[in-house]
Amino acid sequence: MTGMSVPLTQLASREEGAVIDLSGGRGFVSRLATLGFTPGAPLTMIQNYGHGPLIVSVRDTRIALGRGEAAHVLVRRKAVDG
Amino acid sequence: MARGSYHSVERRHHRLHGHVLDEVIRPVTVALAGQPNVGKSTIFNILTGMDQHVGNWPGKTIEQKTGDYRHNDVLFHLVDLPGTYSLTANSEEERIAREYIICEEPDVVVAVVDAAILERSLYLLAELLVLPAPVVLALNMMDVAAQEGIQVEPNVLEAALGIPVVPMSAAKAQGVEALADAIDALAHGEFDYRPNVPTIRPDHEEILREIESLIAEHVPPPYPTSWVAVKLLEGDSVMVEMMKERLPSDRRQEVEHLLHQHEDAILDVAGARYDWIGRMTRAALVRPRAGQVTVTERLDRVATHPLLGIGVLLLVLGIVFWLTFAVGAPLQGWLDLYLVHGASGWLAGVLHAAPAWLRGLLVDGILAGAGLMITFLPILLIFFAALGILEDTGYMARAAYVMDRFMHLMGLHGKSFLPLCLGFGCNVPAVMGSRIIESRRARLLTILLAPLVPCAARMAVLATLAPMFFGSRAFLVTWALVGLNLGVLVLVGIALDKTLLRGERVAFVMELPLYHVPNARTIGLSVWHNLLMFLKKAAKVILPVSVLIWALSTYPGPGIAHSILGYLGRALEPLGAWMGFEWPLMVAMITSFVAKENVIATLGVLYGASEHGQALGATLTAVLSPAAGLAFLASQMLFVPCVATVAAIRQETRSWRWTAFSVIMLLGLSLLAGVLIYQGARLLGVGV
Repeated sequence: MTGMSVPLTQLASREEGAVIDLSGGRGFVSRLATLGFTPGAPLTMIQNYGHGPLIVSVRDTRIALGRGEAAHVLVRRKAVDG
Repeated sequence: MARGSYHSVERRHHRLHGHVLDEVIRPVTVALAGQPNVGKSTIFNILTGMDQHVGNWPGKTIEQKTGDYRHNDVLFHLVDLPGTYSLTANSEEERIAREYIICEEPDVVVAVVDAAILERSLYLLAELLVLPAPVVLALNMMDVAAQEGIQVEPNVLEAALGIPVVPMSAAKAQGVEALADAIDALAHGEFDYRPNVPTIRPDHEEILREIESLIAEHVPPPYPTSWVAVKLLEGDSVMVEMMKERLPSDRRQEVEHLLHQHEDAILDVAGARYDWIGRMTRAALVRPRAGQVTVTERLDRVATHPLLGIGVLLLVLGIVFWLTFAVGAPLQGWLDLYLVHGASGWLAGVLHAAPAWLRGLLVDGILAGAGLMITFLPILLIFFAALGILEDTGYMARAAYVMDRFMHLMGLHGKSFLPLCLGFGCNVPAVMGSRIIESRRARLLTILLAPLVPCAARMAVLATLAPMFFGSRAFLVTWALVGLNLGVLVLVGIALDKTLLRGERVAFVMELPLYHVPNARTIGLSVWHNLLMFLKKAAKVILPVSVLIWALSTYPGPGIAHSILGYLGRALEPLGAWMGFEWPLMVAMITSFVAKENVIATLGVLYGASEHGQALGATLTAVLSPAAGLAFLASQMLFVPCVATVAAIRQETRSWRWTAFSVIMLLGLSLLAGVLIYQGARLLGVGV
């Protein structure tokens, strides 16, 4: 089940994954952790058009993230069969 | 507002075994805490109704709402804390909320959570439970949860948490009585309160104990030592500063060393809180089957789509503006004609024997100023109501999301779109609304751009004058000038972002709340308070300045043509000539600094209009070429905002330099647009 670790921006719409780590300033990491982006938290990409901001669902909440911000979230891709 | 003040002591009839005992009790102080968008204001509004006081937190620019509620003869004194995701000092709101709970010691804290996003919204509860005040959990939005296919069992949750849990659907006014009962019971020791408190993960337990023992003797009361230790581990800037000042240097170095070694502890601390939430909700929460498409998901497929989303946004804004002009503008005209003109006619009649200066001061100075504010109300009412609905349904966050791409052009992100959008109603709330933006750079940029959004008053002037100059083509001219303003806004935004305000991009992280049906009461009350605030604020500024402008335009006289203002206008005529203006237009522009509508009134006086509007139009077209008319309208649209907006800019930037910068920049842009249009038209030989 363990997939590749990639920045959140690499997840396609509807793809699932889990948070591995956050990088960036302390305030930024603290804000994201508060919103539920903690290591191990499962997430689902809701909308990612490959440019512009994206929407990700984590802990039952939809969070809009800028692309730059999403690049600071390292996730593990859930292996997809087939 | 001292707690336990015996001024408001009252008697409560306490029923015990059928006997009625008289017992002296004091009011119960209740603090409402919750994350944004969980319906906290709705609960506050239902409980307090019109009986609320809106002010600012001491020394802060953040709104503070307090109010009273009587329940079974007990007086609740409610304090609405700012909406916060956590209690770590990432924002001013979070600092205010935790300072209040720790230092003011409310009797009960109500933690409002959204049942539809239970996990995420319990995060704040995890932080609240380690503080001394007892907590009631208001499990709100049970209806929204059901609509999204989520089931929550309040009793199971209550058993796990060991604190009172009250299921509610505040938007439908359900569960409010039960909440009041629970607060009452908890405040009077009638609930077996045994909170299940979250703990830190084992890997950080030891270091936490170490920090605790190092700081124990130096933590100032009333801060709990264990709480301060956790905050230090989280890297909380305020607590780090506080302990830095209080610890002796050897201990400080030790603590700093420990914290430096565990810089990543924040992820672990937050993770432990979510582990705890997972344990608390395991038995109480049933999620919808995977793959089930929820209402929010379905709506968002359109509302957040990069192309369709913009379409939806334009449609929504179109409806709001249509309402303003189709309903608000005629109402405004009606109020002006019957109420204001009626009153001034009556007052002039009553005062016919009074000296002319007194009649002028009362009728043309004070009453005219007051009338102006009243005629403003319909348009502001529509705007505040529309924005309240958009906010309350959850759509506003989607608007910010689809506009994010566009706002990036100017180094801003989607959140700046909301305050700028407020600017269409009135620039004052736009400037004040910039508070929601975290970074100072982005906030300043938003404030500087806000006056370029054409406000309702500017639009009213445009809507009145454009048909006089351009007849049936007025509609096109109006759109072109609004487009000009927005184009200038984007260009100025790009220019400032690349020069004076170059800096780091702010993090765009925003929750998209679930859609829900708006609550009429919440919106009604917020409209009411906004209008009241506008009247209070406007009265302070508009009345004195209205009197001042009346005096400047009356003396020495006779008439405005021979007044101080008239002479000033003539002195500026050489400048006006560049734009094809006669001196009365310069005077009109100056008076618009008080309020934009003054343009029409001043022109009416100077061009000797009779009571029929057409007379002004006829005079204007006779003395002004279409090119000069267009130049005048364009520079009016870009001119320095009204005095109330300038005051708001000063208040929000806390800097006279930036306020002056804003005024001078707009003055320059306004002149530039006027000159370019007039001289351009002359060069091309059109409309002169």
